[in-house]
Parts: sequence; C-alpha cells; structure tokens
Amino acid sequence: MARRLAGFLVLLLVVSICEAAFLFQPISDSHRSTALELFTPDHGSFKSLEETYEALRTFQILGIEKKPDLTATACRSISETVGSSSSTAKDLFYALKANSIAECKIDKKASKGIISRLKAAVSGASSLLDFYYSVGGLVLIKDQSSEADVHLADAEGVFRSVKAFSQSDGRWRYSSNNPESSAFAAGIALETHAGIVSLASSEIDQSLISTLKNDIIKLFDSIEKYDDGALYFDDKLVDGHEYQGPVSTTSSVLRGLTAFAAVTAENLNLPGDKILGLAKFFLGIGVPGDAKDFFNQIDSLACLESNRVSIPLILSFPSTVLSLTRKDSLKVGVSTVLGSEVPSLTVKLVGAFSSGSKDASLVESQELNFDKTSGLHILNDLPKSIDVGSYTFVFEIVLHEPKHEEVYFKGSQTKVPISVTGLIKIENSEIAVLDSDLGSIESQKKLDLAGKNAISLSANHLQKLRLSFQLTTPRGRSFKPHQAFLKLRHESKVEHIFVVGNSGKQFEIVLNFLGLVEKFFYLSGKYDMELTVGDAAMENSLLVAIGHIELDLPEAPEKAPRPPPQPVDPYSRYGPKAEITHIFRAPEKRPPQELSLAFLGLTILPLLGFLIGLLRLGVNLKNFPTKPLPATFAVLFHVGIGAVLLLYVFFWVKLDLFQTLKILGFLGGILVFVGHRILSHLAAASAKLKSA
Amino acid sequence: MGRTLSTKEDAGALFHSLRSAYAATPVNLKIIDLYVGFAIFTALIQVVYMAMVGSFPFNSFLSGVLSCVGTAVLAVCLRIQVNKENKEFKDLPPERAFADFVLCNLVLHLVIMNFLG
Repeated sequence: MARRLAGFLVLLLVVSICEAAFLFQPISDSHRSTALELFTPDHGSFKSLEETYEALRTFQILGIEKKPDLTATACRSISETVGSSSSTAKDLFYALKANSIAECKIDKKASKGIISRLKAAVSGASSLLDFYYSVGGLVLIKDQSSEADVHLADAEGVFRSVKAFSQSDGRWRYSSNNPESSAFAAGIALETHAGIVSLASSEIDQSLISTLKNDIIKLFDSIEKYDDGALYFDDKLVDGHEYQGPVSTTSSVLRGLTAFAAVTAENLNLPGDKILGLAKFFLGIGVPGDAKDFFNQIDSLACLESNRVSIPLILSFPSTVLSLTRKDSLKVGVSTVLGSEVPSLTVKLVGAFSSGSKDASLVESQELNFDKTSGLHILNDLPKSIDVGSYTFVFEIVLHEPKHEEVYFKGSQTKVPISVTGLIKIENSEIAVLDSDLGSIESQKKLDLAGKNAISLSANHLQKLRLSFQLTTPRGRSFKPHQAFLKLRHESKVEHIFVVGNSGKQFEIVLNFLGLVEKFFYLSGKYDMELTVGDAAMENSLLVAIGHIELDLPEAPEKAPRPPPQPVDPYSRYGPKAEITHIFRAPEKRPPQELSLAFLGLTILPLLGFLIGLLRLGVNLKNFPTKPLPATFAVLFHVGIGAVLLLYVFFWVKLDLFQTLKILGFLGGILVFVGHRILSHLAAASAKLKSA
Repeated sequence: MGRTLSTKEDAGALFHSLRSAYAATPVNLKIIDLYVGFAIFTALIQVVYMAMVGSFPFNSFLSGVLSCVGTAVLAVCLRIQVNKENKEFKDLPPERAFADFVLCNLVLHLVIMNFLG
C-alpha cells in the first residue's frame, strides 16, 4: 500500500509556491481532551455500531488508551450483530469495521455465515450504498478471519455496475432512480471500487481503472477554495436529507482516494498543492464540537499522514504578536498534521517585509536556532530593523538529510503575518495659548501625558491654542499612530474633535479660535480637553484628560446655527412621566339652603292664593253626578289624572322615560276611556238641560 | 287742572267699569282666570329666584318657567273655547275643550318633567 501511495503522492515533491499564509495548528492535546468528552458512550454503549467504530478509530489515531469496558461493550454489540441473522449489510459492515480496531474474536461458523450473506448482498445490490456496505464488509472479513477464500466471482461485472452510477462531472449518483449526484457518493464509490479490485479473483481490465482515474481528475475540477488556501469538496444543498456538509464530503473523497490509490499500480497524477490544500482545510477546522466532524477530521488527517512517502509538514506559531518591551523571541514549531515527530530540519527566515509595502526585505536570510527542550525553532533577537508595526515574515524548511525529501512534503515558502508591539515614548508635550497676530506665547504649560494633568487655561476668540508632543518608537524612529485626537467638550456636553497632524516625530495641532467661532456655535465657557493617542502596535495607548480651557467667544448673531441637541438621558425621556392628578370641574356655587327653602315656600304661595280664590268664588261640587255609574267614571277620571301626575313625580325621582311612557300609555288609555264617558255624560246632561 | 283731574277721574271711572263688567262674567271663566293668574305668579317668583342665585341648572329654570307659562297658555285657550260669547267656538262643546286642555297639560308636564333633570 505504501508503494502505491508513493505513486499517487510523488507529485507532491514538486515544489510549488504556496502564496497564502499558513497558520494552522497541528493536532494537539486539546484535541485529545475534546475527543474524550465528545465520544462518551451513553450508559456504557454507543447508539449504533457506526458511532462505536468512529469512537474507536478516533481514539486509535489520537493514541488515546482504549478503555477495557468500552472494548468489552463494543465486542458484545459486534458479536450480537454478527451472530444475528437479521442484520443488514450495513450493520455487518460497521460491526466488522469496529472489530478491525477492537479485535474481538469471531468464530468460524459466524464468519462463514457473514461471508455468504455478504456475497448474496453483492449479487442482490441495486444502489451504491448496497454495494458499498457489502463489498466493504467482504474486504474487512477477508482481513479479519482465517478464511482465505473471499473472492468476488464476477468482479468486473460488479465494477461495471458501480461505475454505471457515475456522472460525467466526476460525481456519483446513489441509485438509478435518484438523479442527484454528489461528491460524497463519489468518495464512497471510489472506496467500493478499491474493495472490488482487492477482492477480484482475476485481474480487472486496466482500461476500467483508467476511466476511474479520469473521473477522479474530473472530480478534482469541482474542488472549492477558501482564501487561506484550504481546498474542500462540497455538494449543492438540494435536499437537506441527503446533504452531508463540506467536512463529511471532503473526508469521504479523501478516504476513497486513499483506498483507491492503495490498490492501483498507476500514478494518479494529482497536483501536490491540491493535497496540501485538503490538509489545510482539515487543520483549519480547529477542534470541532460535533462527534461526526471530529471523526471525519481525524480520519482524513490520518489518511494524509499514514502515507509513508509525502507527509505534509506544518509550521505552527505559539504567538504571532511579539512585544519589544518583553523582548519576545519568535518561536516556530514544525510537525506533521497529527502532531507527530519530524526528522531533523532547520527553519530559515528568508525575509521580512513591512505590511503593504513591496520594498526589499528588512532582514537578511538567517537560520533559526533549534531548542531541544521545547522542540521549537527560535529567533532569539529580533533584528534592529524590525520596529513596532505589522510585518510579513517568510519562512522556509530545510531538511537535513536528502532521503527525507522523498518522505516528507515541506511545501515552499510560508508567509506569516507577525505583529510587533512596543512602548512608544511620548516626550516634549506642552500646551500653549498664543496671540493670533504676533504668535507670541501668552501662557504655556508643560504636560505629563503619562500621568494626571489639571491644566487650566483661558483664551478669547482672537487667540490660538497649540498642543505639541513627540512620539518615538523603541528603536528611535518616528511613529504615526492610527488615532491622535484632541477633543474639546463644552459644559453643555457639545463636543468637538480635532485630528493631531504630524511631521516626522513632532505632533502638533494649532486651534485658531477666530476661525472656529462658528463651529463652536458661539458657546463660551469652560471646555474640557482630552487627548487620545492609540495604535494596535502601541502598548501604552492613552486617553488622558489634559485639563480645561475657559473660552470667551463673542455673542451669537441672529442667524447663527444652534448647537445640536444633546442626547437626553434616556430614562428622563423614556421613563415614567409625572403623574397627572385630574382636576375636576369645580362645582358651581349653590345658593345657601335657607334661601332656596324660602323660595320654595314662596312658590307654594300662588297655589294657596288660587285655592283661596276658588273658595271666594264659591266653587262647589253640585254638578257631580249622583248616579252610581257616572259617579264611578267621574271618580275614576279624577283618580286617573292624579295617577298620571303621581307617575310624573316618580318619573322625576326614579323612573326613566321609557318606563314612564309604558306606564303612561297604560294609564292614558284608561284615562281617555273614562274621561270620554264622563265628559260625554256631562255634555249630554247639559244639552238636555238647555233643550229643556 | 280740570284736565288732570278728569284724567284721574277717567282712570278711576275706567277701573270701576272694568270691575263691574268683570263681575258679570260667568264663574267658570273666573276660575280659569284665577288659574292663569296663579300660573303666571309662580313663573314670576321663579324668575326672581333665578335673578338672585344665578341660572346654574338652566334646564331646571327653563322647565319650571315654561311649565307655568305653558299651562297658562293652555288655560287661556280653554277660556276662549268655553266662552259662550265667542261665536267662533259656538259648536264646540265645553267638555270637549276641557278634555283637550287636560290632555295637552299632561303632555306638557311629561315633557317638563323630562327636561327638569
């Protein structure tokens, strides 16, 4: 297998310029501890044989000790699956895969049964996955059992059936019904083809294998790329059910490639940087949080590492930010993708360039010292030409023994962004108020920008304010920080910010208040001054309050712009408002009760007067009918009128209009009838009297 | 002097003749006149009260005054219709007029009571 893989990866020896920066960390102890966390079995056993296999394989690759109870439970489930006659090809496949690591014994009878069942599955397979599981199972049982006679009778036929699922773009379909093709299926198909070739009793036609090679090359045409040089395979997300994700897809393709390369004698002619890009992709994942992704990452890196010909070498950097103050040294580690040992080599610093500049290298080409205790290559002192700022350092690996050149793939020059920080000296800082015309200094004060300041100045609109200081890097050069601002804040919270310009090391800002009067909205009064100097490379960035200045500006004219409204304290604007107490309408002034009562009495007086007048006139009831029937009517008539008046009193006191109308309708009806009878009786009586 | 005296005498003579003429009116008409006087008086007292204390519950004042005035008006109508010397209403039996008077009064007082508040 190693020799085959040699043919496949020998192209990686061709040194190709690697343009992108390569900052990937190899597998480390954090991976191991995460693996132990992720692959904890639920109540002692995993949910499925697939997961058992993944856990065992991951532990095997990372070199984590197998726990005996884990192995025991794995063996139990394996023997269960193997012994059961209802296990599908998929179950058998994963059981055998897990067994290849757990190494439990399978008895002869069971293995015979498995072989016959899998052979039957091969003949009866219709979809890609059926072929995969059955052929894969046969390959595994061939290694594990003592049976020598595991062959595929019609290997070429099976080969062709699997090949029938391929598409012209190098991808494979899952079955003849499903038109969707994917790179994941391509990886599975390649593994299956590799299994068929290894199980074939007679040689398979070489032309068939060549067509597979072409499919692989076409598959690699669809590879996708990240900016940092990582390459990966991904399928279109058509049906969420079938979509596997870039990690699973890429690792499936890589497994298929590795398996296929192991069985063919031919050279696959794949470009070296593609393989390196795949390694970068898997290292760039970091430490995955999902068990499946973790297994895929580790398994793929093991595929890349296990070849004995070209093992990619990775440069890793414990820190890419160096501090001149602490006298940090640049440390570089070299290892394989899984963090294993590398042969003796030297790391050379080929050049260092200032970020964004295309000038010549700032340092000469030099070798880094190898420290045996830490296993790192160290550049002890940063050259004097490296000042604070960001740089791109270019490294190269030089292997000591020529024979290692065939085994390891060291890539080409690696570019790494390195930031250097340091303490910036701030000197000669002073603030002065100058007279505008003559430029003579009215008042000048020294500032200590590192400590506290409480300067108090005053100026009017005819004067200027000058602030100046010097910035020097640790190496004595001039430094231009990202931020150098002077802020003036008025008592009413209106702020103005000015950028401090520089020429070389000297930073100076002159505020001519004559020109700034309108910008300041003619606000006179006390202004607080604040200076900000900051940069990513500056370890002592500062934001200091300098003090305050009393500004005397002229009065604002009519049309002057108003200062912008300052943000209101949100609680006062959005908080609860003052409670409104409802002011009820003041009740009208009523007259004193005695007056009202007096007038009530006075109103009764005319009624009394009427009654007395009636008596004086000599009213009598002589015309009241005497006969019983008319008398009843007459009585009822008067009672009826009285009842209606009483109803009106009730209406005023208690009832509402509708109730009153209802009762009135009722009483009115009676009254009309009765009234009609008595009045017609009276009319008849008086007519009789007149005629008589 | 004689003219002023005659005016005064004339006024006195006028008054006396009115009194004697009025004494000749039938009693039922006098009852009605008395009723009208009573109603107007009541109205006047209410107006005086309002003038003193202000018109705050104006609806009450209006309903009070209008009830008095309304009933007075209805009584005057009744008097016109019942008066035998009035040729226009010769054929209208006085009972009928009285029934109208009662009915209209009841309706008026319903409205007044509603407006009284």
